[in-house]
Amino acid sequence: MTQVRRWLGRGGFGLLVALITLYTLFPFYWAVVSSLKQGSALFSVEAWPSEPAWENYALVFTEQPFGRNLLNSVAVAASTVLVSLFLAVTASFAMARIRFRGRTPLLLMILAVSMFPQIAVLSGMYELIRALGLYNTLPALTLSYLIFTLPFTVWVLTTFMRELPKELEEAAVVDGASPWIICWQVFFPLLKPALVTTGLLAFIAAWNEFLFALTFTMTHEARTVPVAIALMSGSSEHELPWGLIMAASVIVTVPLIVLVLVFQRRIVSGLTAGAVKG
Amino acid sequence: MVSVPGSATPRREPASTESQHLREAVPSPPSRGSALSRQRARSAWLFLLPTLAVLALVAGWPLLRTFWLSLTDANIAELEAARFVGLDNFAMVLEDPIWWRSVWNTFSFAGISVALETVLGMMIALVLHQRFRGRGVMRAAILVPWAIPTVVSAKMWGWMFHDQFGVINEVLLHLGVIEERLAWAADAELSMAAIIAVDVWKTTPFMALLLLAALQMLPEDIYEAAKLDGAHPVRVFFQVTLPLIRGPLLVAVIFRVLDALRVFDLFYILTSSSEESLSMAVYARQQMFEFGDLGLGAAAASLLFALIALFTVVYLALGRVTVEEAA
Repeated sequence: MTQVRRWLGRGGFGLLVALITLYTLFPFYWAVVSSLKQGSALFSVEAWPSEPAWENYALVFTEQPFGRNLLNSVAVAASTVLVSLFLAVTASFAMARIRFRGRTPLLLMILAVSMFPQIAVLSGMYELIRALGLYNTLPALTLSYLIFTLPFTVWVLTTFMRELPKELEEAAVVDGASPWIICWQVFFPLLKPALVTTGLLAFIAAWNEFLFALTFTMTHEARTVPVAIALMSGSSEHELPWGLIMAASVIVTVPLIVLVLVFQRRIVSGLTAGAVKG
Repeated sequence: MVSVPGSATPRREPASTESQHLREAVPSPPSRGSALSRQRARSAWLFLLPTLAVLALVAGWPLLRTFWLSLTDANIAELEAARFVGLDNFAMVLEDPIWWRSVWNTFSFAGISVALETVLGMMIALVLHQRFRGRGVMRAAILVPWAIPTVVSAKMWGWMFHDQFGVINEVLLHLGVIEERLAWAADAELSMAAIIAVDVWKTTPFMALLLLAALQMLPEDIYEAAKLDGAHPVRVFFQVTLPLIRGPLLVAVIFRVLDALRVFDLFYILTSSSEESLSMAVYARQQMFEFGDLGLGAAAASLLFALIALFTVVYLALGRVTVEEAA
């Protein structure tokens, strides 16, 4: 009797695990299946296309400026990450290692910025970008993305740097090294794991951003991937090119999946840093 | 953050522990008041200057301009010609039934999806907390929806919810749940259901990982005691586990609520943007950039900002409560 119950329990648990995994992975699987279909094949529901068609993957680059969109996304996300990491290393060094008046309110203020809903700054940001002559350019996106990547990177790096032992810098201080030297030559090399984590999360956030990219660009060539996918249209207005859209979706998702698999642990620790400790 | 969610927004401790941490943990090699420490304090400000300048430029200034624009009749076509009109825009927004519909949409979206995410996330966290073969695979699998851009997940689901050729209608027809295909995108209530389904899919992993981290910090011995007493697992969960992780749970929930209230991408993509199915952020952007009324849109955006600020204050207060309870 107890054995039956245990067996049932184990079976139920396995079923639950399978259900959860199916639920999380099915939409992606379905996107892959749909991306391999063309024409009327798209309109039939089958578990795997009887004649996989790879044309969508070629067409998305020839019929749409998707290659350009991909490059745009990479350029914007990478530049956003580099700028925010550079600024955040110096700022969090000051926040974590130097005592000065007003430090706590300042940190809270930086955190408050990350609470800003993007829509609240949208009109002011639009005006600013127009005034700087950056409308419909990639630097407009890099600049505006700092509003969500910078507070986050400063926060995580400050948390991380606070936990390093003070003996590290004592020797350097005695030697008369300046704070700049201490920051970049003593602490920076030790920060590498934290930099990878925060850089990765900032990259994903910038890669996925939609509202600013939609508002601050106009032409097909200036669009980033999310905007390109959202606005992809076919020959007629009412018929969306679903095969192309799914192919494009798969193309942008695969690198993210690889990143997630490679850096799984780091991402999880970065996401949960801080939130649970309180 | 797209949304981070949508987006990866920073996760942080409640403010009160934060300040305690800073006071205790920070090393201070030179003694207070010495010339060296004064010099260090000066250099601290120098180090912070670039970051603060950037934040003032991309956050402070645009926010203040939004507040200002909300008091003017600024139009997208001629920004310079804006005239001060007082609170007219706010009056117009507050009299607009479409705005109130968007408020209702946003709040019901936030309420329902966060509730579902919490329950589901808790279940997944409890499953992942067990040792079993394939746990690593499953943990990686649930990160996939989190990493996919919101726009892409909206499109993937939009296709699955397609009224004529979508797999969901097909399956529901086969199972006999529905008699005829449903128009998920066109009908306001159905599109809300679709939006919630996508959001739950995308953000439950995040919730599950936060809760899992909380579970993993609980001491094992309390469970040993419960096991010896022969307590039923469900009882152990409600009487031991849940009270112990109440703090992190509240933090995670309020985070998600704040995130859900500013939802834009999902509503923008998954609905036909009819008047009935806007979120507050979509309403504000539509006023600004589709109707060109920057002032009115800025007023709506300011109202949304005020609302989120209010929730943040509630969050900080709750954070303090949980910390005091823990102490």
